[in-house]
Amino acid sequence: MAVYTLGIDVGSTASKCVMLKDGKEIIHKSLISVGAGTSGPTRAITEVLEKAGMTLEQLDGVLATGYGRNSIEGVEQQMSELSCHAKGAYFLFPSVHTVIDIGGQDAKVLRIDNDGILENFVMNDKCAAGTGRFLDVMARVLEVEVGDLQTLDAESTKVVGISSTCTVFAESEVISQLAQETHKSDIIRGIHRSVAGRIAGLAKRIGLNDDIVMTGGVAQNEGVTRAFEEELGHKIHTSELCQYNGALGAALFAYQKATK
Amino acid sequence: MEEIERIPAKQKLQNVVAAVYKDAQEAKDRGEPVGWSSSKFPCEIAEALGLHVVYPENQAAAIGAKKGGERMCENAEAMGYSNDICAYTRINLAYAAGYEADEKPMPMPDFVLCCNNICNCMTKWYENIARMHNIPLVMIDVPFSNTKEIDDDMVTYMRGQFDHAIMQMEKIAGRKFDEKKFEQACANANRTAAAWLKACSYCQYKPSPLSGFDLFNHMADVVTARGKKEAAEAFEQLAEEYEENIAAGTSTWKYDENYRIMFEGIPCWPNLKALFNPLKERGINTTAVVYAPAFGFVYNDMDEMMRAYCKAPNSVSLEKGVEWREDICRENKVDGILVHYNRSCKPWSGYMPEMERRFRKDLGVAVAGFDGDQADPRNFSEEQYITRVEGLYEIMEENKRKKEEGNK
Repeated sequence: MAVYTLGIDVGSTASKCVMLKDGKEIIHKSLISVGAGTSGPTRAITEVLEKAGMTLEQLDGVLATGYGRNSIEGVEQQMSELSCHAKGAYFLFPSVHTVIDIGGQDAKVLRIDNDGILENFVMNDKCAAGTGRFLDVMARVLEVEVGDLQTLDAESTKVVGISSTCTVFAESEVISQLAQETHKSDIIRGIHRSVAGRIAGLAKRIGLNDDIVMTGGVAQNEGVTRAFEEELGHKIHTSELCQYNGALGAALFAYQKATK
Repeated sequence: MEEIERIPAKQKLQNVVAAVYKDAQEAKDRGEPVGWSSSKFPCEIAEALGLHVVYPENQAAAIGAKKGGERMCENAEAMGYSNDICAYTRINLAYAAGYEADEKPMPMPDFVLCCNNICNCMTKWYENIARMHNIPLVMIDVPFSNTKEIDDDMVTYMRGQFDHAIMQMEKIAGRKFDEKKFEQACANANRTAAAWLKACSYCQYKPSPLSGFDLFNHMADVVTARGKKEAAEAFEQLAEEYEENIAAGTSTWKYDENYRIMFEGIPCWPNLKALFNPLKERGINTTAVVYAPAFGFVYNDMDEMMRAYCKAPNSVSLEKGVEWREDICRENKVDGILVHYNRSCKPWSGYMPEMERRFRKDLGVAVAGFDGDQADPRNFSEEQYITRVEGLYEIMEENKRKKEEGNK
């Protein structure tokens, strides 16, 4: 009989669910663009269950991760997003040894052994500079959609230096560049380089081993992955499922626990 | 004969510290000069001269633990001190300026004793107090050691400063330096240090007869009362109590001991519960802290004493600092390391990324770092801390599983 498991990743800016069949096949997924403390988790769970035509009780295992992992009713298993991102990335890229995950309010670099097990990690400090929220703020100031950042980045002809020390100060720098009529695409490229520079510092601290996989919503932005490749001198692998990676890892752990 | 109930060492140590502050207040009330001292200024000199001193670092930690840190830091910031400055400094400068702190009152200073072995921010901090109150500053300067061992030039430099400090303090005390009392204070400090090291060494036992957080709580005792006979006796009793725990199979750690870690750095005093709970819930006992070698120093003669005062967490080389930590990690059999990136302590936190790298390479254990502050609660985020502890725990679980599979 098939084993169905659900992984729920409640982040600071989005809620994601992935349903797996037999720990191998992704059969359904959902994403709601609000996270912990909102209706997002419930809506994401409802959506994925409706797609599957199942109830939570009918599933063989459910496991939550992310900042809101401990506040989901009826879900008793939790794991940190660190382990879940490692697990998810190994499923998508079996040759992964380093994961760079940029989430809404934190960034992390994970070192993974040959069996896909999390060996060590480093995370950003208390500041949100260099995270998804940083890009949200910059997009707002530039009056562009976050989703358009990568396209605009590709149009850049020169790099503008933007500080990565503080989101608020970086915002002021962007405003100042706009006042000087610097082209938006050049500012955006500078922002992406700033993100890559900050997180590359973390990555170098823990040591870089190929393959390097980038996960989290920010991995959808090719401008950022390009900036990482330039900064690190390594190929960055991404997947269209990058934003679901934590939920995928959670579903895999749920499967592991259900079949133990 | 009826057996007299023994007062626990923990209580005795609390009493010793309370007496230091009470005696200082009484001395102040009698019109005697009272000093403020940095934590690793040679207390033996003040003891020999019968001078009463209290400890701003200890006071700031207590104010922080009793939730007064934010208020006092904000007061200092309103005075013009940057919030990048150490929170102990800000809290104490606000207090020195007259902002009250019922959490831990202490008499105002008539002189200050500063030894910058513990950190260099101390120098400016104490200069500010001296200027604010127009009082003498006795300074013992300990340059950063680039080498693992302290060379003879440094010893000579220290001896000269000790002699000068004694002259300055004789003037403050209005009496001559008493060699006999000095020898007694040195003997007491050595007894205290030996007992403290012995007590800390029992963390080597598996399971540990104590919770590592106990060691944090005894910091106040070892800082404020090292040179006192009562402190030496109480620390000796503390070591005996841990021995009794080993014999009886008990511990002050009342939870499972699934994993053992080193907690690197000063704890976040305002957030002790928040630090402790995620560890307790996962059965992670702290069995190594770097305070033991930092404050447990034994010396046999004056030269060794000079060398001992040159060794503090922020004045020794990276190599020495790594050696201290890796030795206690090995001896106390840790499975992981939790590093506090303490916003108050830039020198200490500044070398931690490199230390982390060495721990991973040399010890092969999981390491996780979190942001916080020793006394300013605004620099700590509980949720971020929990995620990092959880990550550390999950790696330790995996490492254990791999080890068990390897043993099959």
